[in-house]
Amino acid sequence: MDFITNDNWLLTVGTFLPLAGVLVMMFIPRGNELLHKQIAVLTAVATLGVGIFTLFQFNFNKAGSLQFWVDAEWIPVIKSGYTIGLDGMSLPLYILSMIVTLFVMIYSWDHIPNPGNPKAFLMLMLVLQVGMAGTFVAQDLILFFVFFELVLLPMYFMIGVWGGEQRQYASLKFFLYTMFGSALMLVAFLALFWQVQKTNPDAVFSIPYLIGHSGDLSRPVQIWIFSGMFIGFAVKVPMFPFHTWLPDAHTQAPTQGSVILAAILLKLGTYGFIRIAIPILPVAAKAWAPYIGGLAVIGIIYGALGCLAQTDMKRLIAFSSVAHMGFVMLGISTLTPLGFNAAIFGMVAHGLITGMLFFVSGSVKDRYHTLEIKRLSGILKQMPKMGWIMGFCAMASLGLPGLAGFWGEFPAIVSAYSPAAGLSQPLFRVYMVIASVGTVLAAGYLLWLFQRVAFGEPTAEFAGLGADGDDPHGASAHGAVHGGAHVTHAVGAAVNDDHEHEAIHDVKISEWIAWAPFLVGIVVLGVYPQLLFRILDPATQVALQAFGKG
Amino acid sequence: MLAAETGWFLDHAYLIPLIPAISFALIIFFGKKMPMKGSEIGLASMAASCVLAMGVAYQWIQRVDSGSGEGGHAVSAFGSIGRAFRFAGAEGGEHVAAYVEPVIHKFVWWQSGGVEIGLGQRIDGLAVMLLLLVAFISTLVQIFSLEYLRGDRRYTHFFAALTLFSAGMLTMVLAENMVQVILGWEIMGLCSFMLIGHWWEEAANSRSALKAFFTVRVGDIGLLVGTGVIFFGASAYATKLGDGSSGFSIDTINQWALSGTGSKTVLLWGSVALFIACIGKSGQFPLHTWLPDAMAGPTPVSSLLHSSTMVVAGVFLVARLYPLFHTGLDINVAGQHFNLIAVIGGITIIIAAVLAFVQNDIKKVLAYSTVSQLGYMMMGLGVGAWTPAVFHIFTHAFFKCCLFLCAGSVSHSGSHHSFDMKKDMGGLRKKMPITFACWMVASAALAGVPFFSGFFSKDEIIDYADHNGYTVFFIVGLVGAFLTTAYITRATYLTFFGQARGAAAGEHHDAIDAHGDIVDHGVHDAHAVDVTAPDPLPDHEQTPVLAMAHDDAHGADHGPHESPLLITVPLMVLAFLALVAGYLNAAPWKIEKFTEWVAAAGDGVHFPELAHAEFEWIKAVPSIVLVALGFLVSLGICKALYGEKNNALKGITTRVAPLRWGYNFLWNKYYLDALYEKVIVAFVSGPLARAAYWFNQNVLDRTVNEAGIGARKFGGWIYRNIDQRVVDGAVNTSGAAARGTGSALQPTSSGKVNQYGALLFGAAAIGALVLVIVNT
Amino acid sequence: MLINQFLLLAAVLFCIGVYGVIARKNAVMVLMSVELILNAVNLNLLAFALLHGGPDGHTFALYVIAIAAAEVGVGLGLILLIFRNKRTIALDELSEMKG
Repeated sequence: MDFITNDNWLLTVGTFLPLAGVLVMMFIPRGNELLHKQIAVLTAVATLGVGIFTLFQFNFNKAGSLQFWVDAEWIPVIKSGYTIGLDGMSLPLYILSMIVTLFVMIYSWDHIPNPGNPKAFLMLMLVLQVGMAGTFVAQDLILFFVFFELVLLPMYFMIGVWGGEQRQYASLKFFLYTMFGSALMLVAFLALFWQVQKTNPDAVFSIPYLIGHSGDLSRPVQIWIFSGMFIGFAVKVPMFPFHTWLPDAHTQAPTQGSVILAAILLKLGTYGFIRIAIPILPVAAKAWAPYIGGLAVIGIIYGALGCLAQTDMKRLIAFSSVAHMGFVMLGISTLTPLGFNAAIFGMVAHGLITGMLFFVSGSVKDRYHTLEIKRLSGILKQMPKMGWIMGFCAMASLGLPGLAGFWGEFPAIVSAYSPAAGLSQPLFRVYMVIASVGTVLAAGYLLWLFQRVAFGEPTAEFAGLGADGDDPHGASAHGAVHGGAHVTHAVGAAVNDDHEHEAIHDVKISEWIAWAPFLVGIVVLGVYPQLLFRILDPATQVALQAFGKG
Repeated sequence: MLAAETGWFLDHAYLIPLIPAISFALIIFFGKKMPMKGSEIGLASMAASCVLAMGVAYQWIQRVDSGSGEGGHAVSAFGSIGRAFRFAGAEGGEHVAAYVEPVIHKFVWWQSGGVEIGLGQRIDGLAVMLLLLVAFISTLVQIFSLEYLRGDRRYTHFFAALTLFSAGMLTMVLAENMVQVILGWEIMGLCSFMLIGHWWEEAANSRSALKAFFTVRVGDIGLLVGTGVIFFGASAYATKLGDGSSGFSIDTINQWALSGTGSKTVLLWGSVALFIACIGKSGQFPLHTWLPDAMAGPTPVSSLLHSSTMVVAGVFLVARLYPLFHTGLDINVAGQHFNLIAVIGGITIIIAAVLAFVQNDIKKVLAYSTVSQLGYMMMGLGVGAWTPAVFHIFTHAFFKCCLFLCAGSVSHSGSHHSFDMKKDMGGLRKKMPITFACWMVASAALAGVPFFSGFFSKDEIIDYADHNGYTVFFIVGLVGAFLTTAYITRATYLTFFGQARGAAAGEHHDAIDAHGDIVDHGVHDAHAVDVTAPDPLPDHEQTPVLAMAHDDAHGADHGPHESPLLITVPLMVLAFLALVAGYLNAAPWKIEKFTEWVAAAGDGVHFPELAHAEFEWIKAVPSIVLVALGFLVSLGICKALYGEKNNALKGITTRVAPLRWGYNFLWNKYYLDALYEKVIVAFVSGPLARAAYWFNQNVLDRTVNEAGIGARKFGGWIYRNIDQRVVDGAVNTSGAAARGTGSALQPTSSGKVNQYGALLFGAAAIGALVLVIVNT
Repeated sequence: MLINQFLLLAAVLFCIGVYGVIARKNAVMVLMSVELILNAVNLNLLAFALLHGGPDGHTFALYVIAIAAAEVGVGLGLILLIFRNKRTIALDELSEMKG
């Protein structure tokens, strides 16, 4: 593994910059809400700025090597160092976390959930960003663990304080469940270290070091250590059957929490697999792969069935995450570069798409104060733009080619046809067929949702609330059946003005700003996936060195 | 293999789908601000594509001619168009066709894990033919829609979706690799969802849209799996070839399939999986049920969907990967009389044609007719009749598109937006002469009347089935020809002959007509939704608006009348083509221009060698006779059946008993016809057709529905019993255990500082004690 | 040198402190008792420092004094705040921490 130590201050700044914002906000009284919002957004912009600068400094020709490499002393007593670096696998996720945080902040501009207090809310979000970015750059197991856990707390408070009715239950469940996983993960990390130290007295916790020196571990030892990591990461992914915290956490979390949860937090688990578990313990990975693949396809089908049973829109979207992460895990379990690339692409795509779906459902909830599918209907009529955005995201989510979702799903399915050497081909081919059935179910639940919620006439309950769906231009259409457009234009416009202060608005300006990058990202990645594959490919080749070709 | 010339158009064919794709974005973003609400962008882009496609076709012909010139056809391109109708019989014998290299351009779209996917174009005869067809028909349909959808509330969206739809099909047609095929394939699926559900305020429409998308998606399992299955086999071959192609590349797949190096099992499963996708997309039995429901969309959509795009995609895929299917499914192997494609195609022909008899909705008759004709194409491919099948795509596109647009024209101007033949049509031939004439030409072509285009393609398919030893399918084809003629005769009769009924007679049914606007005749009604949808405008504002609509272009005259030029011109163009398109490959006179330009030469490397059936008039006799028979029988029955009903509707003959008896007696020609009718046709069109329809609705359709409901129920059950109880229960139990421990210790935390202090010191004291004991 | 006297004195002071912490209701008194305990510890530290002759004990004692000062400062501040809010500093009436 190569290390490039150019600009090695960059990652540290990028990771910890949000803390500066937190520090400033700490000394400002909480009443000054606008100032808090300004500082938070400014911090997020600055962080993203650093991220973009990182992007420019990144050597794309050597995406397989760890760049901006830092290996400083941190806690020498336990052989753990401040080791950070970035390669093609972590770069997209690192940048994604910054982007998501920034635009979630912008969305929060006029969407601070009850009980208010933007100071605390935004501060938590900044701390969360530190944890997420840190996890993606950490190249030391202990450092990774610290960041991994750092993410938990802000999320716990976000759900527990700003959540829905059952927030206490959901936040506790989320916290306990993930803590349980991380405990086993930590044990696994320690065991790994001690085992390596047996033969290498100067062992350290650095990931590249461990990748280089784990070869002497015996197969049973590897398998046991892997199982600890597996549970830790699988809970976070979440894989069937460790997923039950997810629907509750998502449903109860505030919109911003759900978006971050879906977009970034779930990726910490899958990232753990591809960064730590599989490269360090290749023998165990091979032994575990059929089971991981099996659980992944169960998750795909199971998540889809769960979706079909839901009556709440947000819960349905939450369940769909189980299915989508199933595709990601299926790609990972093939242990091929094709599958790994698909998995990382799927992570980014899922982050954008499901994040967007949560945004939309949050905005729908803001307007209708319910997400009960039965009570919603005809959103397209009352809020055409919102409705089309939702339709767009549903299409992206079910894997329409030309949008981002497809490039996570399709290569994952294809890669399952021919997994890494030594894995059972017939088994993975069965997985492949089951996963394809999953795409059909995905179309089923998403379009069914879309059909019930967006099409048709608004229910009586909300029928009178909206300014009629059409924007000024479209407003004429229902009046002017044929011709006579001029007068009707005027009438339509007048009517629209009358309804301006009604309860249900179409997409607001802050929502547009927050959503546009997501929507653009979905299209751009869908049309030109090479953007991502180019940097992923060298990195996954390195990560899979132990498995040889194909 | 001949290095033939290329040209600017051939090299830049990728512009053909690119222009509509870009204009889709333009329409979405700027359409509403344009004077014609975006329709002009759509139309202009389609026209541009059409022109480009013509250029491509011209240069392709040039290429073929220069390439095969060494085989004895030294004809310059324009000369060959001019002489398209010349009799080539003299040199037909030693027609040494050489394989003409397709024009392939690609760039790396993405590469992942050593797999490189290009995005590019692969221009060969088949692609050129479909490019031209799709671009041309899309242009006509857009012209038609200008008038047909005028004033629709989502006019702009409609044109955007229509344009993207064509772009999707064009992308697929010139796809260089399977991923690109999937791309175009799914874009079409999306657009069909948007277009079928265009009037989504009606629950029925949105359900149809969902059904269409979902049914096709079920087939798409096959597409994903099949692509995956063949990918790895083909990439091994590509590595051996070493020409930089990947396992997704169509050329590689085809050559690999013919090379004999692929495992037979892989080929079999790959082609079966892909064929499942084609079944879904092309509305083949048993996944055809979505197609008639798709009629919920506006008529131009149906017409585009059913003529040259979407449903043809499945047939196209089989034709495109023909070497794969040929090898994988053992097509045309001596001694084999059945194969999957032919069987499915054959069943579809009969099932769909029979269903067409029980429809009252003119668009549904045409829908079933499309299904049946697609069956012909599939069967043709299945019996080794590649060229006739592809030729049938070509001719079918013209006459079917024409038929749909005629139906649209009838409903637009003749039947007051109704599609019900029995209630609102009849006797329209005099009111709408142009529409009627076009309809007649197109239905003659559909029926396969000699000298109309359908004859040259359909009859060839039947002929090839016989020639290649597929006797069963030869008979199926003949029966299908008979049924086709019969049902189209019935539809023609009901619409244009007999007496005017309902709206066709100028009647209006509803109170809404007071506004001069439209009546809700059913879900297909183009404009019904505008009125039936609860109008958000307050009443006092609504009235003037609707009153204005009252005096619109076509509302002024409530009776049936001929449609405006924007509608009739596309009709006439299509009807003309339906008449003459067949002469591109008129087997009776050995004109084989189409074969020469479109079909790849069977050199066994790029394309399998296929048998060639020589046309003989004597062999065409059975089908001609059956067509004539079908026409006569059907006409007779229609006259008896619907003529009578028509009068009964008017009510005069039913009220006065003697008159009724007398009238019925005379009208029914002394009940002689009724005898035949009750015995023969009543069985076919009654129990048999109803049984088929029942099977269709209650078994096939219901299975799909039940599967959905079952999955939902099962999901619910799983969720309630396993997810919530077992899996979640385990989690909650561990939580409860922790809580129990906590509550046991709770009393110690009283909140009193003193007690805490006492505890602290007590503990410290115990600790000290232990320390002392241990150390001594 | 006899170290016993120092230790005995420290033990007595410590016990008085412990008694005060446990038994007194007034928060100020508890705080003072804590001071007693700390000073008992200081006494021990100094006594042993004298015995062994190193500087460590002295240093520690200085630390403890400094921290005790800070502790009293913070403690009194807290008590003042509690009194302002609750109008009482009786510890048995303050049980918000009850779990």
